[in-house]
Amino acid sequence: MSTVTADPSSKPRLSPRKRAQRMRWAQYAVLGIVTILAISMANWSQIQSVFFRGDMIHETLTQGLPNAFKNTIVYTLGAFVFGLVLGTMLALMRLSSVGPYRWIATTYIEFFRGLPAIVVFIAFGLLPLAFNGLVIPFDPYGTVWIALGLVGAAYMAETIRAGIQAVPKGQVEAARSLGMPTGTATRKIVLPQAFRIITPPLTNELILLVKDSSLVYILGLSAQGFELTKYGRAIANTNANLTPLVIAGFCYLLITLPLSMVVRRMEARQKKER
Amino acid sequence: MATHQVSREVVITVDDLKKAFGQNEVLKGITTSIHRGEVVCVIGPSGSGKSTFLRCLNLLEQPTSGKVVVDGVEVTDPDCDIDKVRADMGMVFQQFNLFPHLSVLDNCTIAQVTVRKSNKAEAEKRARSNLERVGLLDKEAAFPGQLSGGQQQRVAIARALSMEPKLMLFDEPTSALDPELVGDVLSVMRKLASEGMTMFVVTHEMAFARDVADRVIFMDGGYIVEEGHPDEVIGNPQHQRTRAFLDRVLNPTSVGQIGGEDEAYAERHQSEPEADGDGDISTLSPGQPGQIGRST
Ligand SMILES: Nc1ncnc2c1ncn2[C@@H]1O[C@H](COP(=O)(O)OP(=O)(O)O)[C@@H](O)[C@H]1O
Ligand SMILES: [Mg+2]
Repeated sequence: MSTVTADPSSKPRLSPRKRAQRMRWAQYAVLGIVTILAISMANWSQIQSVFFRGDMIHETLTQGLPNAFKNTIVYTLGAFVFGLVLGTMLALMRLSSVGPYRWIATTYIEFFRGLPAIVVFIAFGLLPLAFNGLVIPFDPYGTVWIALGLVGAAYMAETIRAGIQAVPKGQVEAARSLGMPTGTATRKIVLPQAFRIITPPLTNELILLVKDSSLVYILGLSAQGFELTKYGRAIANTNANLTPLVIAGFCYLLITLPLSMVVRRMEARQKKER
Repeated sequence: MATHQVSREVVITVDDLKKAFGQNEVLKGITTSIHRGEVVCVIGPSGSGKSTFLRCLNLLEQPTSGKVVVDGVEVTDPDCDIDKVRADMGMVFQQFNLFPHLSVLDNCTIAQVTVRKSNKAEAEKRARSNLERVGLLDKEAAFPGQLSGGQQQRVAIARALSMEPKLMLFDEPTSALDPELVGDVLSVMRKLASEGMTMFVVTHEMAFARDVADRVIFMDGGYIVEEGHPDEVIGNPQHQRTRAFLDRVLNPTSVGQIGGEDEAYAERHQSEPEADGDGDISTLSPGQPGQIGRST
Protein backbone atom coordinates (compact mmCIF):
# COMPACT_ATOMS: atom_id res chain seq x y z
CA MET A 1 0.00 0.00 0.00
CA SER A 2 1.61 3.23 -1.02
CA THR A 3 -1.28 5.64 -1.37
CA VAL A 4 -0.33 9.00 0.08
CA THR A 5 -3.74 9.84 1.43
CA ALA A 6 -3.86 6.67 3.47
CA ASP A 7 -0.57 7.43 5.24
CA PRO A 8 -1.50 7.61 8.94
CA SER A 9 1.65 9.52 9.93
CA SER A 10 0.85 12.69 7.87
CA LYS A 11 -1.28 15.39 9.51
CA PRO A 12 -4.97 15.22 8.52
CA ARG A 13 -5.57 17.87 5.82
CA LEU A 14 -8.18 20.53 6.52
CA SER A 15 -11.14 20.81 4.24
CA PRO A 16 -11.10 23.92 2.00
CA ARG A 17 -14.00 25.36 3.95
CA LYS A 18 -12.19 25.04 7.28
CA ARG A 19 -9.02 26.56 5.82
CA ALA A 20 -10.90 29.58 4.46
CA GLN A 21 -12.51 30.04 7.86
CA ARG A 22 -9.12 30.11 9.61
CA MET A 23 -7.75 32.60 7.11
CA ARG A 24 -10.68 34.88 7.84
CA TRP A 25 -10.08 34.69 11.61
CA ALA A 26 -6.41 35.53 11.06
CA GLN A 27 -7.37 38.61 9.04
CA TYR A 28 -9.77 39.84 11.72
CA ALA A 29 -7.07 39.33 14.35
CA VAL A 30 -4.51 41.43 12.44
CA LEU A 31 -7.05 44.18 11.91
CA GLY A 32 -7.93 44.21 15.60
CA ILE A 33 -4.30 44.41 16.75
CA VAL A 34 -3.46 47.26 14.37
CA THR A 35 -6.54 49.21 15.49
CA ILE A 36 -5.71 48.81 19.18
CA LEU A 37 -2.10 49.88 18.60
CA ALA A 38 -3.17 52.96 16.63
CA ILE A 39 -5.67 54.03 19.24
CA SER A 40 -3.31 53.55 22.18
CA MET A 41 -0.32 55.23 20.53
CA ALA A 42 -2.00 58.24 18.94
CA ASN A 43 -1.99 61.60 20.68
CA TRP A 44 -5.69 62.27 20.47
CA SER A 45 -5.77 65.78 21.83
CA GLN A 46 -3.12 66.86 19.33
CA ILE A 47 -4.97 65.22 16.45
CA GLN A 48 -8.14 66.98 17.47
CA SER A 49 -6.46 70.38 17.77
CA VAL A 50 -4.86 70.04 14.32
CA PHE A 51 -7.80 68.62 12.33
CA PHE A 52 -10.94 69.46 14.29
CA ARG A 53 -10.26 72.60 16.36
CA GLY A 54 -13.48 74.08 17.66
CA ASP A 55 -12.80 77.79 17.06
CA MET A 56 -11.38 77.00 13.60
CA ILE A 57 -14.52 75.10 12.72
CA HIS A 58 -16.54 78.09 13.80
CA GLU A 59 -14.41 80.56 11.85
CA THR A 60 -14.45 78.47 8.68
CA LEU A 61 -18.21 77.95 8.77
CA THR A 62 -19.04 81.58 9.39
CA GLN A 63 -16.51 83.58 7.37
CA GLY A 64 -17.75 82.69 3.92
CA LEU A 65 -18.14 78.95 3.44
CA PRO A 66 -21.52 79.22 1.69
CA ASN A 67 -20.02 81.61 -0.85
CA ALA A 68 -17.05 79.31 -1.48
CA PHE A 69 -19.38 76.33 -1.79
CA LYS A 70 -21.52 78.24 -4.27
CA ASN A 71 -18.43 79.27 -6.25
CA THR A 72 -17.22 75.68 -6.56
CA ILE A 73 -20.60 74.70 -7.95
CA VAL A 74 -20.83 77.67 -10.30
CA TYR A 75 -17.30 77.14 -11.63
CA THR A 76 -17.96 73.44 -12.15
CA LEU A 77 -21.37 73.72 -13.79
CA GLY A 78 -20.30 76.51 -16.14
CA ALA A 79 -17.24 74.54 -17.19
CA PHE A 80 -19.36 71.40 -17.62
CA VAL A 81 -21.88 73.12 -19.90
CA PHE A 82 -19.14 74.80 -21.93
CA GLY A 83 -17.20 71.52 -22.13
CA LEU A 84 -20.30 69.55 -23.11
CA VAL A 85 -21.15 71.86 -26.02
CA LEU A 86 -17.56 72.01 -27.22
CA GLY A 87 -17.10 68.28 -26.60
CA THR A 88 -20.19 67.42 -28.68
CA MET A 89 -18.87 69.58 -31.50
CA LEU A 90 -15.46 67.91 -31.29
CA ALA A 91 -17.04 64.43 -31.23
CA LEU A 92 -19.07 65.19 -34.37
CA MET A 93 -15.94 66.64 -36.00
CA ARG A 94 -13.99 63.48 -35.17
CA LEU A 95 -16.67 61.43 -36.92
CA SER A 96 -16.98 63.84 -39.84
CA SER A 97 -16.30 62.72 -43.39
CA VAL A 98 -14.35 65.94 -43.92
CA GLY A 99 -10.69 65.12 -43.25
CA PRO A 100 -9.51 68.49 -41.85
CA TYR A 101 -12.34 68.47 -39.25
CA ARG A 102 -11.15 65.09 -38.05
CA TRP A 103 -7.54 66.26 -37.87
CA ILE A 104 -8.42 69.44 -35.97
CA ALA A 105 -10.55 67.55 -33.47
CA THR A 106 -7.96 64.81 -32.97
CA THR A 107 -5.18 67.36 -32.46
CA TYR A 108 -7.26 69.32 -29.98
CA ILE A 109 -8.25 66.22 -28.01
CA GLU A 110 -4.73 64.80 -27.86
CA PHE A 111 -3.29 68.20 -26.94
CA PHE A 112 -5.58 68.93 -24.03
CA ARG A 113 -5.63 65.36 -22.75
CA GLY A 114 -1.85 65.24 -22.75
CA LEU A 115 -1.47 68.50 -20.85
CA PRO A 116 -1.69 68.88 -17.07
CA ALA A 117 -4.79 70.96 -16.41
CA ILE A 118 -2.76 73.21 -14.13
CA VAL A 119 -0.66 74.36 -17.09
CA VAL A 120 -3.82 75.57 -18.78
CA PHE A 121 -4.80 77.47 -15.63
CA ILE A 122 -1.38 79.10 -15.33
CA ALA A 123 -1.65 80.15 -18.97
CA PHE A 124 -5.10 81.63 -18.40
CA GLY A 125 -3.83 83.46 -15.33
CA LEU A 126 -1.19 85.11 -17.52
CA LEU A 127 -3.34 85.80 -20.58
CA PRO A 128 -4.67 89.23 -19.51
CA LEU A 129 -1.08 90.33 -18.82
CA ALA A 130 0.36 88.86 -22.00
CA PHE A 131 -2.35 90.31 -24.24
CA ASN A 132 -2.63 93.87 -23.17
CA GLY A 133 -6.22 94.90 -22.73
CA LEU A 134 -7.71 91.40 -23.14
CA VAL A 135 -10.86 91.11 -21.08
CA ILE A 136 -12.51 87.74 -20.55
CA PRO A 137 -16.23 88.29 -19.86
CA PHE A 138 -17.79 87.39 -16.48
CA ASP A 139 -14.39 87.52 -14.81
CA PRO A 140 -13.44 85.51 -12.85
CA TYR A 141 -16.18 83.03 -13.76
CA GLY A 142 -15.61 83.28 -17.50
CA THR A 143 -11.91 82.56 -17.10
CA VAL A 144 -12.53 79.46 -15.02
CA TRP A 145 -15.33 78.22 -17.25
CA ILE A 146 -13.16 78.49 -20.35
CA ALA A 147 -9.97 77.10 -18.80
CA LEU A 148 -11.70 74.17 -17.12
CA GLY A 149 -14.14 73.67 -20.01
CA LEU A 150 -11.39 73.51 -22.63
CA VAL A 151 -9.76 70.63 -20.79
CA GLY A 152 -13.04 68.91 -19.92
CA ALA A 153 -14.19 69.14 -23.55
CA ALA A 154 -11.27 67.01 -24.70
CA TYR A 155 -12.26 64.17 -22.37
CA MET A 156 -15.98 64.57 -22.96
CA ALA A 157 -15.46 64.52 -26.74
CA GLU A 158 -13.98 61.03 -26.52
CA THR A 159 -16.82 59.87 -24.27
CA ILE A 160 -19.46 61.33 -26.58
CA ARG A 161 -17.81 59.85 -29.67
CA ALA A 162 -17.83 56.41 -28.04
CA GLY A 163 -21.51 56.94 -27.17
CA ILE A 164 -22.40 57.88 -30.73
CA GLN A 165 -20.58 54.82 -32.04
CA ALA A 166 -22.41 52.62 -29.53
CA VAL A 167 -25.76 53.48 -31.17
CA PRO A 168 -26.51 50.58 -33.54
CA LYS A 169 -26.07 51.34 -37.21
CA GLY A 170 -29.62 50.17 -37.88
CA GLN A 171 -30.90 53.26 -36.06
CA VAL A 172 -29.38 55.60 -38.63
CA GLU A 173 -30.55 53.36 -41.45
CA ALA A 174 -34.11 53.35 -40.12
CA ALA A 175 -34.05 57.15 -39.78
CA ARG A 176 -32.58 57.65 -43.25
CA SER A 177 -35.03 55.16 -44.80
CA LEU A 178 -37.85 57.37 -43.49
CA GLY A 179 -36.36 60.27 -45.45
CA MET A 180 -34.54 62.06 -42.64
CA PRO A 181 -31.44 63.94 -43.76
CA THR A 182 -28.19 63.15 -41.91
CA GLY A 183 -28.46 66.16 -39.60
CA THR A 184 -32.01 65.35 -38.50
CA ALA A 185 -31.12 61.69 -37.96
CA THR A 186 -28.16 62.74 -35.83
CA ARG A 187 -30.11 65.23 -33.72
CA LYS A 188 -33.36 63.30 -33.28
CA ILE A 189 -32.23 59.69 -33.27
CA VAL A 190 -28.51 59.24 -32.64
CA LEU A 191 -27.61 61.93 -30.08
CA PRO A 192 -30.53 61.29 -27.70
CA GLN A 193 -29.59 57.61 -27.57
CA ALA A 194 -25.87 58.34 -27.33
CA PHE A 195 -26.38 60.70 -24.41
CA ARG A 196 -28.49 58.18 -22.61
CA ILE A 197 -25.72 55.62 -22.97
CA ILE A 198 -23.08 58.05 -21.74
CA THR A 199 -24.94 59.69 -18.85
CA PRO A 200 -22.93 57.64 -16.31
CA PRO A 201 -19.48 58.45 -17.77
CA LEU A 202 -20.50 62.09 -18.25
CA THR A 203 -21.51 62.26 -14.60
CA ASN A 204 -18.08 60.87 -13.77
CA GLU A 205 -16.66 63.70 -15.84
CA LEU A 206 -18.69 66.12 -13.75
CA ILE A 207 -17.16 64.65 -10.59
CA LEU A 208 -13.69 65.13 -12.03
CA LEU A 209 -14.55 68.74 -12.85
CA VAL A 210 -15.73 69.36 -9.29
CA LYS A 211 -12.31 68.28 -8.09
CA ASP A 212 -10.41 70.08 -10.87
CA SER A 213 -12.18 73.33 -10.04
CA SER A 214 -9.77 73.48 -7.09
CA LEU A 215 -7.05 74.41 -9.58
CA VAL A 216 -8.57 77.87 -9.54
CA TYR A 217 -6.19 78.57 -6.65
CA ILE A 218 -3.53 79.31 -9.32
CA LEU A 219 -5.45 82.35 -10.52
CA GLY A 220 -5.21 85.63 -8.71
CA LEU A 221 -8.73 86.00 -7.35
CA SER A 222 -10.45 88.37 -4.97
CA ALA A 223 -11.89 86.78 -1.83
CA GLN A 224 -15.35 86.93 -3.42
CA GLY A 225 -14.15 84.53 -6.11
CA PHE A 226 -12.63 81.96 -3.75
CA GLU A 227 -13.93 78.43 -4.05
CA LEU A 228 -13.67 75.73 -1.42
CA THR A 229 -9.97 74.88 -1.73
CA LYS A 230 -8.70 78.43 -1.95
CA TYR A 231 -11.02 79.53 0.83
CA GLY A 232 -10.00 76.71 3.15
CA ARG A 233 -6.34 77.16 2.33
CA ALA A 234 -6.41 80.89 3.09
CA ILE A 235 -7.77 80.37 6.61
CA ALA A 236 -5.54 77.33 7.16
CA ASN A 237 -2.44 79.32 6.18
CA THR A 238 -3.11 82.27 8.47
CA ASN A 239 -3.78 79.98 11.44
CA ALA A 240 -1.31 77.17 10.69
CA ASN A 241 -4.13 74.69 11.25
CA LEU A 242 -5.66 72.03 9.05
CA THR A 243 -9.24 72.25 10.28
CA PRO A 244 -10.45 74.57 7.46
CA LEU A 245 -9.08 72.15 4.85
CA VAL A 246 -10.84 69.25 6.53
CA ILE A 247 -14.08 71.17 6.27
CA ALA A 248 -13.40 72.06 2.63
CA GLY A 249 -12.69 68.40 1.91
CA PHE A 250 -15.91 67.40 3.60
CA CYS A 251 -17.80 69.84 1.38
CA TYR A 252 -16.31 68.22 -1.74
CA LEU A 253 -17.49 64.83 -0.53
CA LEU A 254 -20.93 66.31 0.01
CA ILE A 255 -21.04 67.01 -3.73
CA THR A 256 -19.13 64.04 -5.17
CA LEU A 257 -20.43 61.12 -3.11
CA PRO A 258 -24.09 61.53 -4.09
CA LEU A 259 -23.00 61.90 -7.73
CA SER A 260 -20.99 58.66 -7.54
CA MET A 261 -23.98 56.94 -6.03
CA VAL A 262 -26.19 58.16 -8.86
CA VAL A 263 -23.64 56.89 -11.39
CA ARG A 264 -23.52 53.48 -9.78
CA ARG A 265 -27.31 53.29 -9.74
CA MET A 266 -27.53 54.27 -13.43
CA GLU A 267 -24.87 51.75 -14.42
CA ALA A 268 -26.67 48.98 -12.57
CA ARG A 269 -29.92 49.87 -14.30
CA GLN A 270 -28.32 49.96 -17.75
CA LYS A 271 -26.74 46.58 -17.09
CA LYS A 272 -30.15 45.17 -16.24
CA GLU A 273 -31.70 46.60 -19.38
CA ARG A 274 -29.28 44.85 -21.74
CA MET B 1 -53.44 33.22 -54.83
CA ALA B 2 -52.88 36.90 -55.43
CA THR B 3 -56.27 38.54 -55.37
CA HIS B 4 -55.27 42.14 -55.99
CA GLN B 5 -54.82 44.19 -59.12
CA VAL B 6 -51.42 44.70 -60.70
CA SER B 7 -51.28 47.64 -63.05
CA ARG B 8 -48.97 47.98 -66.01
CA GLU B 9 -47.48 51.12 -64.49
CA VAL B 10 -43.83 50.58 -63.61
CA VAL B 11 -42.77 51.82 -60.17
CA ILE B 12 -39.16 50.61 -60.02
CA THR B 13 -36.84 49.85 -62.90
CA VAL B 14 -33.52 48.16 -62.19
CA ASP B 15 -31.03 48.03 -65.04
CA ASP B 16 -27.80 46.02 -64.88
CA LEU B 17 -27.33 46.78 -61.18
CA LYS B 18 -23.92 45.84 -59.80
CA LYS B 19 -22.56 46.16 -56.30
CA ALA B 20 -19.15 45.21 -54.97
CA PHE B 21 -17.78 45.46 -51.44
CA GLY B 22 -14.09 45.89 -52.17
CA GLN B 23 -13.11 42.88 -54.24
CA ASN B 24 -16.27 41.00 -53.33
CA GLU B 25 -18.80 41.46 -56.15
CA VAL B 26 -22.14 40.75 -54.51
CA LEU B 27 -24.55 41.84 -57.27
CA LYS B 28 -23.34 40.94 -60.72
CA GLY B 29 -25.90 42.56 -62.97
CA ILE B 30 -29.54 42.63 -61.89
CA THR B 31 -32.24 43.72 -64.31
CA THR B 32 -35.92 43.70 -63.43
CA SER B 33 -38.88 45.98 -62.80
CA ILE B 34 -41.72 46.25 -60.30
CA HIS B 35 -45.24 47.37 -61.19
CA ARG B 36 -47.73 49.37 -59.17
CA GLY B 37 -49.69 47.10 -56.85
CA GLU B 38 -47.37 44.18 -57.40
CA VAL B 39 -46.09 41.96 -54.59
CA VAL B 40 -42.62 40.64 -55.43
CA CYS B 41 -40.95 38.11 -53.16
CA VAL B 42 -37.21 37.54 -53.34
CA ILE B 43 -35.94 34.17 -52.21
CA GLY B 44 -32.48 32.64 -52.27
CA PRO B 45 -29.71 31.25 -50.12
CA SER B 46 -28.01 33.25 -47.42
CA GLY B 47 -25.31 35.52 -48.80
CA SER B 48 -26.74 35.54 -52.31
CA GLY B 49 -27.16 39.34 -52.23
CA LYS B 50 -30.89 39.69 -51.49
CA SER B 51 -30.47 42.31 -48.77
CA THR B 52 -27.89 44.18 -50.79
CA PHE B 53 -30.28 44.27 -53.76
CA LEU B 54 -33.10 45.62 -51.60
CA ARG B 55 -30.85 48.20 -49.96
CA CYS B 56 -29.62 49.42 -53.32
CA LEU B 57 -33.21 50.38 -54.16
CA ASN B 58 -33.29 53.14 -51.54
CA LEU B 59 -29.56 53.71 -51.62
CA LEU B 60 -28.78 52.43 -48.14
CA GLU B 61 -26.07 50.79 -50.24
CA GLN B 62 -24.51 52.82 -53.03
CA PRO B 63 -24.54 50.69 -56.21
CA THR B 64 -21.22 50.31 -57.98
CA SER B 65 -22.84 50.63 -61.39
CA GLY B 66 -26.18 50.29 -63.14
CA LYS B 67 -29.38 52.24 -62.93
CA VAL B 68 -32.26 52.29 -60.46
CA VAL B 69 -35.32 54.40 -61.30
CA VAL B 70 -38.07 54.86 -58.72
CA ASP B 71 -41.30 56.52 -59.83
CA GLY B 72 -39.51 58.22 -62.69
CA VAL B 73 -36.65 59.50 -60.52
CA GLU B 74 -33.23 58.04 -61.20
CA VAL B 75 -31.91 57.45 -57.68
CA THR B 76 -28.50 56.38 -58.98
CA ASP B 77 -28.06 59.89 -60.39
CA PRO B 78 -25.62 61.61 -57.97
CA ASP B 79 -27.77 64.77 -58.00
CA CYS B 80 -30.96 62.97 -57.01
CA ASP B 81 -32.67 64.14 -53.81
CA ILE B 82 -32.61 60.72 -52.19
CA ASP B 83 -34.31 61.85 -48.96
CA LYS B 84 -37.39 62.76 -50.95
CA VAL B 85 -37.46 59.38 -52.68
CA ARG B 86 -36.93 57.53 -49.39
CA ALA B 87 -39.81 59.36 -47.73
CA ASP B 88 -42.16 57.73 -50.26
CA MET B 89 -40.60 54.31 -49.83
CA GLY B 90 -41.25 52.43 -46.60
CA MET B 91 -38.64 50.02 -45.33
CA VAL B 92 -39.00 47.25 -42.75
CA PHE B 93 -35.85 45.67 -41.32
CA GLN B 94 -35.13 42.21 -40.04
CA GLN B 95 -34.12 43.68 -36.64
CA PHE B 96 -37.13 46.10 -36.52
CA ASN B 97 -34.86 49.09 -35.72
CA LEU B 98 -37.53 50.94 -33.79
CA PHE B 99 -36.28 54.05 -32.01
CA PRO B 100 -35.95 52.82 -28.42
CA HIS B 101 -35.96 56.31 -26.85
CA LEU B 102 -39.36 57.17 -28.37
CA SER B 103 -42.81 55.86 -27.55
CA VAL B 104 -44.66 53.77 -30.11
CA LEU B 105 -46.71 56.80 -31.12
CA ASP B 106 -43.63 59.04 -31.43
CA ASN B 107 -41.90 56.37 -33.51
CA CYS B 108 -44.77 56.77 -35.97
CA THR B 109 -44.87 60.58 -35.92
CA ILE B 110 -41.23 61.69 -35.82
CA ALA B 111 -40.59 61.39 -39.54
CA GLN B 112 -43.97 62.87 -40.41
CA VAL B 113 -43.13 65.93 -38.32
CA THR B 114 -39.46 66.33 -39.26
CA VAL B 115 -39.60 65.26 -42.91
CA ARG B 116 -43.18 65.83 -44.07
CA LYS B 117 -43.59 68.90 -41.83
CA SER B 118 -47.03 67.69 -40.77
CA ASN B 119 -48.41 69.30 -37.64
CA LYS B 120 -48.49 67.18 -34.52
CA ALA B 121 -52.23 66.54 -34.45
CA GLU B 122 -52.34 65.40 -38.07
CA ALA B 123 -49.29 63.21 -37.58
CA GLU B 124 -50.78 61.56 -34.50
CA LYS B 125 -54.05 60.93 -36.28
CA ARG B 126 -52.26 59.18 -39.12
CA ALA B 127 -50.05 57.28 -36.69
CA ARG B 128 -53.07 56.03 -34.74
CA SER B 129 -54.93 54.90 -37.81
CA ASN B 130 -51.87 52.89 -38.89
CA LEU B 131 -51.36 51.45 -35.42
CA GLU B 132 -54.97 50.33 -35.61
CA ARG B 133 -54.23 48.73 -38.97
CA VAL B 134 -51.53 46.56 -37.38
CA GLY B 135 -53.70 45.90 -34.31
CA LEU B 136 -51.59 47.81 -31.78
CA LEU B 137 -53.55 50.97 -31.08
CA ASP B 138 -53.58 50.09 -27.37
CA LYS B 139 -49.76 50.17 -27.27
CA GLU B 140 -49.28 53.75 -28.45
CA ALA B 141 -47.84 54.88 -25.10
CA ALA B 142 -45.50 51.89 -24.71
CA PHE B 143 -41.81 51.97 -25.50
CA PRO B 144 -40.29 49.47 -27.95
CA GLY B 145 -38.40 47.67 -25.18
CA GLN B 146 -41.72 46.73 -23.57
CA LEU B 147 -43.05 44.95 -26.68
CA SER B 148 -42.54 41.46 -28.04
CA GLY B 149 -40.59 41.04 -31.27
CA GLY B 150 -43.76 40.50 -33.26
CA GLN B 151 -45.33 43.63 -31.82
CA GLN B 152 -42.18 45.63 -32.52
CA GLN B 153 -42.17 44.52 -36.13
CA ARG B 154 -45.84 45.50 -36.52
CA VAL B 155 -45.05 48.91 -35.06
CA ALA B 156 -42.18 49.17 -37.54
CA ILE B 157 -44.68 48.50 -40.32
CA ALA B 158 -47.04 51.13 -38.91
CA ARG B 159 -44.13 53.58 -38.67
CA ALA B 160 -43.34 53.06 -42.35
CA LEU B 161 -47.02 53.26 -43.35
CA SER B 162 -47.45 56.54 -41.46
CA MET B 163 -45.36 58.21 -44.17
CA GLU B 164 -48.01 57.04 -46.67
CA PRO B 165 -45.39 55.44 -48.89
CA LYS B 166 -46.00 54.47 -52.49
CA LEU B 167 -44.23 51.16 -51.97
CA MET B 168 -42.82 49.08 -49.16
CA LEU B 169 -39.54 47.19 -48.90
CA PHE B 170 -39.28 44.29 -46.43
CA ASP B 171 -35.96 42.63 -45.57
CA GLU B 172 -36.72 39.27 -43.97
CA PRO B 173 -39.31 40.82 -41.64
CA THR B 174 -40.03 37.60 -39.77
CA SER B 175 -36.56 36.03 -39.57
CA ALA B 176 -35.74 37.45 -36.13
CA LEU B 177 -39.07 36.40 -34.60
CA ASP B 178 -40.00 33.49 -32.39
CA PRO B 179 -42.05 31.06 -34.54
CA GLU B 180 -45.33 31.72 -32.75
CA LEU B 181 -45.07 35.47 -33.50
CA VAL B 182 -44.45 35.12 -37.23
CA GLY B 183 -48.13 34.68 -38.06
CA ASP B 184 -49.24 38.08 -36.75
CA VAL B 185 -46.68 39.91 -38.86
CA LEU B 186 -47.44 37.90 -41.97
CA SER B 187 -51.16 38.50 -41.64
CA VAL B 188 -50.54 42.25 -41.45
CA MET B 189 -48.49 41.93 -44.64
CA ARG B 190 -51.19 39.86 -46.31
CA LYS B 191 -53.72 42.56 -45.49
CA LEU B 192 -51.42 45.23 -46.92
CA ALA B 193 -51.04 43.23 -50.11
CA SER B 194 -54.77 42.79 -50.46
CA GLU B 195 -55.21 46.55 -50.08
CA GLY B 196 -53.06 47.00 -53.17
CA MET B 197 -49.74 48.09 -51.65
CA THR B 198 -46.72 47.62 -53.88
CA MET B 199 -44.43 45.34 -51.92
CA PHE B 200 -40.90 44.06 -52.39
CA VAL B 201 -40.25 41.33 -49.85
CA VAL B 202 -37.09 39.37 -49.11
CA THR B 203 -38.33 36.31 -47.27
CA HIS B 204 -37.80 32.69 -46.36
CA GLU B 205 -41.54 32.17 -45.79
CA MET B 206 -42.35 30.02 -48.79
CA ALA B 207 -46.04 29.72 -47.92
CA PHE B 208 -46.34 33.50 -47.85
CA ALA B 209 -44.50 33.82 -51.17
CA ARG B 210 -46.66 31.16 -52.76
CA ASP B 211 -49.95 32.63 -51.54
CA VAL B 212 -49.36 36.37 -51.74
CA ALA B 213 -46.67 37.08 -54.32
CA ASP B 214 -47.53 38.02 -57.87
CA ARG B 215 -43.96 37.22 -58.79
CA VAL B 216 -41.12 35.36 -57.13
CA ILE B 217 -37.47 36.15 -57.83
CA PHE B 218 -34.91 33.48 -57.02
CA MET B 219 -31.44 34.92 -56.50
CA ASP B 220 -28.17 33.06 -56.18
CA GLY B 221 -24.57 34.17 -56.42
CA GLY B 222 -25.44 37.77 -57.27
CA TYR B 223 -27.73 36.97 -60.17
CA ILE B 224 -31.45 36.54 -60.69
CA VAL B 225 -31.50 32.86 -61.60
CA GLU B 226 -35.21 32.54 -62.15
CA GLU B 227 -38.29 34.73 -61.80
CA GLY B 228 -41.96 34.33 -62.49
CA HIS B 229 -45.32 33.39 -61.00
CA PRO B 230 -44.96 31.56 -57.66
CA ASP B 231 -46.64 28.50 -59.12
CA GLU B 232 -43.79 28.38 -61.63
CA VAL B 233 -40.77 29.29 -59.51
CA ILE B 234 -41.82 27.51 -56.32
CA GLY B 235 -44.23 24.95 -57.73
CA ASN B 236 -42.24 23.94 -60.81
CA PRO B 237 -38.71 25.39 -60.73
CA GLN B 238 -36.80 25.17 -63.99
CA HIS B 239 -33.26 25.50 -62.68
CA GLN B 240 -31.33 22.93 -60.71
CA ARG B 241 -30.12 25.62 -58.27
CA THR B 242 -33.68 26.71 -57.53
CA ARG B 243 -34.73 23.12 -57.01
CA ALA B 244 -31.80 22.45 -54.68
CA PHE B 245 -32.56 25.59 -52.66
CA LEU B 246 -36.27 24.86 -52.35
CA ASP B 247 -35.50 21.30 -51.41
CA ARG B 248 -33.31 22.50 -48.55
CA VAL B 249 -35.84 25.06 -47.38
CA LEU B 250 -38.94 22.88 -47.65
CA ASN B 251 -37.29 19.72 -46.26
CA PRO B 252 -34.78 21.12 -43.80
CA THR B 253 -34.42 17.87 -41.86
CA SER B 254 -33.77 15.52 -44.77
CA VAL B 255 -30.10 14.77 -45.40
CA GLY B 256 -28.13 12.75 -47.90
CA GLN B 257 -29.55 14.50 -50.95
CA ILE B 258 -26.52 16.64 -51.50
CA GLY B 259 -24.81 15.66 -54.68
CA GLY B 260 -24.23 16.57 -58.27
CA GLU B 261 -24.76 20.24 -58.93
CA ASP B 262 -25.55 20.81 -55.31
CA GLU B 263 -21.94 20.03 -54.43
CA ALA B 264 -20.75 22.66 -56.85
CA TYR B 265 -23.10 25.05 -55.08
CA ALA B 266 -21.70 24.18 -51.68
CA GLU B 267 -18.14 24.68 -52.88
CA ARG B 268 -18.90 28.05 -54.35
CA HIS B 269 -20.39 29.22 -51.10
CA GLN B 270 -17.50 27.99 -49.03
CA SER B 271 -15.16 30.28 -50.86
CA GLU B 272 -17.19 33.33 -49.90
CA PRO B 273 -15.82 35.42 -47.08
CA GLU B 274 -18.11 36.20 -44.15
CA ALA B 275 -20.68 33.54 -44.92
CA ASP B 276 -21.96 33.88 -41.35
CA GLY B 277 -25.69 34.49 -41.17
CA ASP B 278 -26.75 36.78 -43.95
CA GLY B 279 -24.12 39.42 -43.39
CA ASP B 280 -26.74 41.98 -42.50
CA ILE B 281 -24.90 44.96 -41.05
CA SER B 282 -28.03 46.20 -39.32
CA THR B 283 -27.60 43.39 -36.80
CA LEU B 284 -24.38 44.81 -35.36
CA SER B 285 -24.65 44.99 -31.61
CA PRO B 286 -23.68 48.15 -29.74
CA GLY B 287 -20.40 48.38 -27.93
CA GLN B 288 -20.10 48.12 -24.18
CA PRO B 289 -20.90 51.54 -22.79
CA GLY B 290 -19.48 50.54 -19.43
CA GLN B 291 -15.98 51.15 -20.74
CA ILE B 292 -16.59 54.69 -21.97
CA GLY B 293 -14.99 57.63 -20.23
CA ARG B 294 -12.09 58.11 -17.82
CA SER B 295 -12.47 56.83 -14.29
CA THR B 296 -12.70 59.10 -11.30
N1 LIG C 1 -21.54 46.33 -45.71
C1 LIG C 1 -20.93 45.25 -46.23
N2 LIG C 1 -19.58 45.22 -46.34
C2 LIG C 1 -18.97 44.14 -46.87
N3 LIG C 1 -19.59 43.05 -47.33
C3 LIG C 1 -20.93 43.02 -47.25
C4 LIG C 1 -21.66 44.12 -46.70
N4 LIG C 1 -22.98 43.81 -46.74
C5 LIG C 1 -23.06 42.59 -47.31
N5 LIG C 1 -21.84 42.11 -47.62
C6 LIG C 1 -21.54 40.80 -48.26
O1 LIG C 1 -22.38 40.68 -49.38
C7 LIG C 1 -22.81 39.34 -49.53
C8 LIG C 1 -24.30 39.31 -49.70
O2 LIG C 1 -24.91 39.78 -48.51
P1 LIG C 1 -26.46 40.00 -48.39
O3 LIG C 1 -26.92 40.93 -49.45
O4 LIG C 1 -26.72 40.41 -46.98
O5 LIG C 1 -27.03 38.55 -48.67
P2 LIG C 1 -28.44 37.94 -48.28
O6 LIG C 1 -29.33 39.02 -47.80
O7 LIG C 1 -28.93 37.30 -49.53
O8 LIG C 1 -28.19 36.91 -47.24
C9 LIG C 1 -22.32 38.58 -48.32
O9 LIG C 1 -21.19 37.81 -48.72
C10 LIG C 1 -21.90 39.64 -47.36
O10 LIG C 1 -20.80 39.23 -46.62
MG1 LIG D 1 -30.23 39.39 -45.85
